[in-house]
Amino acid sequence: MTPVPNLRSIVIVVLLAALVLLPVYVQFGGDRFVLTLFTRIVILALAAVSLNLILGYGGMMSFGHAVYLGIGGYAVGMLAHEGIFSGFVQWPVALAASALFALVIGALSLRTRGVYFIMITLAFAQMAYYVFAGLARYGGDDGLTIYKRSEFIPPLNLSNKVQFYYVCLALLFAAIYLVWRLTNSRFGLAIQGARSNDTRMRAIGFPTYRYRLVCFVIAGTLCGLAGALLANHTDFVSPATMYWTRSGDLIIMVVLGGMASPFGPLIGAVALLLLEEVLSGITEYWQIILGPLLLLVVLFARGGIDGLLKQVRR
Amino acid sequence: MTLFIEQCLNGLQFGLLLFLLAAGLTLVFGIMDLVNLAHGSLYMIGAYFAATFAAWTGSFVLGAVLALIATLMIGMAVEVIAMRRLYGRDHLDHVLGTFGLILFFDELVRLIWGPDGMSLPLPSWLNISVQILPGIQYSAYKFSIIVVALAVAIFLYVLVMRTRIGMLIRAGASNREMVGALGVNIKLLYTLVFGLGAALAGLAGLMQAPILTVQIGMGENILILAFVVTVIGGIGSIRGAFVAAILVGFIDTVGRSYLPDLLRLVLSPNAAATAAPALSSMLIYLLMAIVLVVKPQGLFSAGEK
Repeated sequence: MTPVPNLRSIVIVVLLAALVLLPVYVQFGGDRFVLTLFTRIVILALAAVSLNLILGYGGMMSFGHAVYLGIGGYAVGMLAHEGIFSGFVQWPVALAASALFALVIGALSLRTRGVYFIMITLAFAQMAYYVFAGLARYGGDDGLTIYKRSEFIPPLNLSNKVQFYYVCLALLFAAIYLVWRLTNSRFGLAIQGARSNDTRMRAIGFPTYRYRLVCFVIAGTLCGLAGALLANHTDFVSPATMYWTRSGDLIIMVVLGGMASPFGPLIGAVALLLLEEVLSGITEYWQIILGPLLLLVVLFARGGIDGLLKQVRR
Repeated sequence: MTLFIEQCLNGLQFGLLLFLLAAGLTLVFGIMDLVNLAHGSLYMIGAYFAATFAAWTGSFVLGAVLALIATLMIGMAVEVIAMRRLYGRDHLDHVLGTFGLILFFDELVRLIWGPDGMSLPLPSWLNISVQILPGIQYSAYKFSIIVVALAVAIFLYVLVMRTRIGMLIRAGASNREMVGALGVNIKLLYTLVFGLGAALAGLAGLMQAPILTVQIGMGENILILAFVVTVIGGIGSIRGAFVAAILVGFIDTVGRSYLPDLLRLVLSPNAAATAAPALSSMLIYLLMAIVLVVKPQGLFSAGEK
């Protein structure tokens, strides 16, 4: 029996193919800005994929996920500021710092549930925001300009836009694959079980707190990677990177695309950022359209775009 | 000593202001089980209305009263149009939907009033210092904020604990269906509660307006503080919100003014000057983290409303 390709798989395949072929299009006379825009989309999609792991699969409603974008970015920025440009140092430090932060705040936050969890993750992210805003040596409020991108062994050169795009895209695909494998493993099933019914999972002998904490740390680390990429992309990092509205943007991407779906966050990131781009082209006051649109998505499209695509049968 | 008393009064004033915001949040959460991120937008709208109406009427008090009524109306309209549809949904839906409302309101304000901030000048009879204790002068306006906010706190207590409406509110919080079955118009009740919360937020905004500038995004920063207050106090508890608001107000204000000196005792002056601003901004978040670790439901957990 050959599976009938439905609309959802067609959309995903087309999207992936478009992402892979985008630099080719740009090489042949396309707008160079498109490549910059899509590099950004791919990086934020990576962050959204990591958030989906805890939000969609784990049911952990973190409202401070953008903090890892900042931590990963500052790890790169601060090391570059001190004259260490090697990506083999910068990136592991970014990942380790994010993992450590996730471990500490996860260990504390996961003791709470529901709205308290939302608020405590938010509070920790704001705390980090003020810490970095207070670092006068590294630019404080104004942020830190990065004069040189992370260095790897030639011919890999992140200053080359096409190469950098493919690095980001490869890492995004790797992350989606990782999350997919993870959620279909015993570990992932235990996490999803704890989302549905924590008490039962504990009753049959799963130490769900530890499972959740590991999941939280993995998601934080992945997002730290996105932060390192984002800092390299913008050549700049500032406390605004981890402001709470940025965490809101990441949640929007996940929910808009479709929670607990492997490709949902990617679809959401592409949809949201393209929508922003289109709307801001129409009117200066584009958020006046985006805001109510979000409300409508919440009210009428519960599974996000991925959920809508699933409903459409060919 | 004089400075210390003044800082304590500032802390009290800031705490009471936070209470006005947190009371609305905690009421809406306790009764409708709704996380309302757009609460800060109502605070902003209150301030913009006050600045506009005060300029139109030429009177600070009249402008404030008009702004209060207008914010109440906006709040009830938002409840009827949007919030009503979010009751009973997942908290994630609340966060996302009301986040959308923040974007909408911020942009709407930018469209109507322009991107530049506004200022709300104080009338001359409030723009003076009064002697509150022998030898201690304090701004008459800040002092009047304390008085008004305390009066509102007492009013809220009486309203919720001693009146029929308050009884319905408390009953609606514990069992919505049963109250509806007894013939109470629960929809109207919810609209009123939301409007009340909005008016409180608007009051906080318009009272803060002469001290800070009225600008877009002013609601977002203080919203997070108000959330911290509700969480420390225990979500749904007005009494908890009051205690936590005063606590947060004190710690934030007194911390900001004395932490640099304290740090200088243990650190080099240079390090102290760097660490103090960051640490004093962190203090209340630290407090929240500690409270939640010790009591994951907040100081006054719901049930003790």
